[in-house]
Amino acid sequence: MSLIEVRDLSVRYGGNTVLSHVDMSIDRGEIVTIVGPNGSGKSTLLRALIGAVPIAAGRLTRASGLSIGYVPQKLAIDPTLPMTVARFMSLPRRQAPADVEAALEQAGVPDLSNRQMTNLSGGQFQRVMLARALLSSPDLLLLDEATQGLDQPGSAAFYRQIEEVRARLGCAVLMVSHELHVVMSASDRVICLNGHVCCQGTPEIVASAPEYRALFGSGTQGALALYRHDHNHSHDDGCAHDHGHPQGTESGVVPLHQATRGKVH
Amino acid sequence: MLDDFLFRATLAGLGVALAAAPMGCFVVWRRMAYFGDATAHASILGVAIALALSISVFLGALVMALLMALAVTGLSGRGYAVDTLLGVLAHSALAFGLVAVSFLSGVRIDLMAYLFGDILAVGRTDLAVIWGGAAVVLALLAWRWSALLTATINPDLAHASGIDPRREQLALTLALAVVVAVAIKVVGVLLIAALLIIPAAAARPFARTPEGMAAIAVVVAALSVLSGLQVSLMYDTPTGPSIVCVAALFFAASALGTSLRRRLV
Repeated sequence: MSLIEVRDLSVRYGGNTVLSHVDMSIDRGEIVTIVGPNGSGKSTLLRALIGAVPIAAGRLTRASGLSIGYVPQKLAIDPTLPMTVARFMSLPRRQAPADVEAALEQAGVPDLSNRQMTNLSGGQFQRVMLARALLSSPDLLLLDEATQGLDQPGSAAFYRQIEEVRARLGCAVLMVSHELHVVMSASDRVICLNGHVCCQGTPEIVASAPEYRALFGSGTQGALALYRHDHNHSHDDGCAHDHGHPQGTESGVVPLHQATRGKVH
Repeated sequence: MLDDFLFRATLAGLGVALAAAPMGCFVVWRRMAYFGDATAHASILGVAIALALSISVFLGALVMALLMALAVTGLSGRGYAVDTLLGVLAHSALAFGLVAVSFLSGVRIDLMAYLFGDILAVGRTDLAVIWGGAAVVLALLAWRWSALLTATINPDLAHASGIDPRREQLALTLALAVVVAVAIKVVGVLLIAALLIIPAAAARPFARTPEGMAAIAVVVAALSVLSGLQVSLMYDTPTGPSIVCVAALFFAASALGTSLRRRLV
């Protein structure tokens, strides 16, 4: 059974329909990435999943007792609110100090517990947010452009950590990202969103879908180049669209995140 | 000892300080200063209605403060900026309250007592109401503390943890209305907001955690009450305003000390 599933989901803000007829689901242990242009409803979809925006139509089903770790796109802590890193980690539920230390160390930011949240750098802040989200051992980790403000090595390390976390906790990861090259290498599945689901499937399927190319064509030469040599993969899993290029043989299917691991790291 | 008016006044002031200081921290963190002001000003209308109907002034003020708070919450985000809305509602309620009081015969002299408080005339019943109200506020804040903090930092973070930020907002609104109703007797409707905000603001530079800030704010508020009472007795000044003056001096000292420390370090 899926951890979370939406069927025919529509979300409206004021008079505008932000999302319409979205179908998607996430299973345990999957890393799924949502890509799409600005204003395509990526963050809204994530916020709908946590129940922060009302659903206009459709159905949202969560596995019972589902625990969610959420890292929002941006978080501004008011300067009038004093908050040490350690205290922030214990929100909303108290955590043992040893667990907090361990989580911070795993996130690559040890010795920060006594610092004020408002004094952290952008990268430290994101890592603390991730560490906090992981403390509750979530079944599902939601990351909304979590690498915003990180430099390239920083964001590469961040995604490496996400993969480690998945391996260690067995949790599913759903993330929104603009960094297409990283997305393509780190995800099991990609959902291409533009108010509705344009296409979804394994990274190689989505990358070769005409809908995806129409949205990202010129900007993703680097990412697309990775596939052009490799058309011998199956096209019949999960993506209902016609991809407009010939079917290859079934042999030699290589998930991209394995194929490109050496390049990314 | 309860026969001594000064002892009753001290107890009443401490009771209000105990509830107002932690509540004031949330008012500061959530930038609700004008919200607190509007709620307090509205309560004079409640006082007038209560006097006309010969019901408990506490009850009248509580209901009116609550209605005001709910009206502001309900109307915000509907085309008016919140500060405009608060400016309209707060002063309209105050004006209507003052006009309503003028219709009542015999209370014209008492008006000052409701505008600036009459702590030296606190009776045993008032004491019971004040400490009962303070206990309700403290219990509510303690019970919801973690959820309130999470919702204050970021509503989406609260949603992801299964906390409904609107419910927490409602709990705060309720607590604020109770604080306003119990504080009328001590500092009067015009200065309640001061008792909420000034101790919290004075505590901010010395606190590292939210809990620390609330605790320091309680100490500042309690010292302001005790010293304000003494000053008022010594120099025969109005007690409510004297308490606020002392609190303001604490804030000035705190701000000055912080800027000096910054310059030295």
